[in-house]
Amino acid sequence: MKFNVNSWIIFLFVGIIIAFVMGQSIFFLVRALKRAKQKNMDSSVIKKTIASSVVFTIAPAIAIVIGVITLSRSLGVALPWLRLSIIGSLSYELVAAQNAMTATGANLEATVTDPQIFVTILSVMTLGIITGLILPQLFTRKLQKGLISIENRDKKWYDIFSNAMFIGMISAFLGFIFSNIDRLWKSTNGVVTVIKNNKKAGTQTISTFTNTSGLVPVFVMLSTSLLMCVFGILSKKTKARWINDFALPICLIAGMALAIAFDALLGGKLSEVTVNV
Amino acid sequence: MFKKKDMSYSDSVHYYGSIWGNIILVLVMLFPISLCIIFGVVPKWDSFFSALFSTIIIYWPVGVIEYFTYVPMLGSGGSYLSFITGNISNLKLPCAISAIEASGFSVSSEEGDIISTISIAVSSIVTMTIIILGVLLIVPLTPVLQSEALAPAFENVIPALFGALGVVFISKDWKIALLPIFVMLVLFIFVPALNEGTVGIMVPVGVIITVIEARIMYKKGWLDDKKEVKKNKE
Repeated sequence: MKFNVNSWIIFLFVGIIIAFVMGQSIFFLVRALKRAKQKNMDSSVIKKTIASSVVFTIAPAIAIVIGVITLSRSLGVALPWLRLSIIGSLSYELVAAQNAMTATGANLEATVTDPQIFVTILSVMTLGIITGLILPQLFTRKLQKGLISIENRDKKWYDIFSNAMFIGMISAFLGFIFSNIDRLWKSTNGVVTVIKNNKKAGTQTISTFTNTSGLVPVFVMLSTSLLMCVFGILSKKTKARWINDFALPICLIAGMALAIAFDALLGGKLSEVTVNV
Repeated sequence: MFKKKDMSYSDSVHYYGSIWGNIILVLVMLFPISLCIIFGVVPKWDSFFSALFSTIIIYWPVGVIEYFTYVPMLGSGGSYLSFITGNISNLKLPCAISAIEASGFSVSSEEGDIISTISIAVSSIVTMTIIILGVLLIVPLTPVLQSEALAPAFENVIPALFGALGVVFISKDWKIALLPIFVMLVLFIFVPALNEGTVGIMVPVGVIITVIEARIMYKKGWLDDKKEVKKNKE
């Protein structure tokens, strides 16, 4: 069969896998809803969980579509559609695809025309993150049992432990938000030049940023924290439950909109060129 | 004899979670193999092994550590779904923990597990649907979604999300939060290698630091409620 990155057969396979993954989500959703009914859980809590999850997911999901577009230039639409619908996130898929492309001599800007290169890239992307498809079946039951026994032994410690896990994760992302703040003191005449070498591809990417560009994510984070505090106070004062349920999605969308304003105010990327070295 | 209908809800989640997980694992593995057969090619082995090595040297250890880090936060049903549908730290986990938080249940209770499962299942279905729409409309959508005007919005999903989530969880136990936040700020500001690509590796590091610190503080009685301490003294 003649190869094309957008061949119908690739779409067919991807469609089948995504149908199964969708089937799994629907299966678990229906079972959880049935169980909630059996346990007489408040139906308004369930409805709000569904509604807030839908609203919350829209903006990050659109960001994932951008990832599909980025990868589609070289890999066609079907493969990025699969890879970003399941298992990995864009940061992983880009690294895996780039590692494979560099090794095969392909690049992100040109469409892959050789089926051998395509299956090489696909195999690396598949096996590079296979742990997430194997571990849950092997360890989830044991791990949950262990957690329940910790909880039974010392409920207070368990609550602190689970909150400490969330805080640990959040602290890593808070650190990341500040990762470009050093541009403030690293600039020459208000401009910072960042050079990235890709030795395997023999290229160098030179980007320039304003010295205040590293503050954009920091300001976005501070605004959404402030907004969340406002929502917290409002929900306590007015006792309106819907505020709690929709505070996070509203903060997320407001933060993304404010990012456009902060970027205009503080400046972002000024230029980017990739050269062969 | 072991009967499916005698299973508790929790046992059935593990039972069906494993079945679905194994089916999808086989399908995902069959995909590259089928394409090799259909197009009559095999991977370029030297390129394959060198690229695979540079990928797994980072992502296999990260995958293992992430798995053990995220399961306690996701609950059973949520874990079986999340590790297949992906985008955990930037989408599924924040979605589930905010739903659990709003519901008032604990993640370890069956009710909490149900809420987490519903939230992650809905989020996965919505994500897949939006990606399908994106794929169908890729031609008209590309100039809009890749426009320079909108770029800062999509580049700042993580700061927008974690600013809001941070307030919720840090305000619950601010004493625990001080050390990990300080350590992470210093690391991310002064170590150039730490950036968007490596933040996933730092999540387990942050979690381990925080849990050890919280354990020490708990043992020393620094996390006791002031009112509770006063009551005990009386």
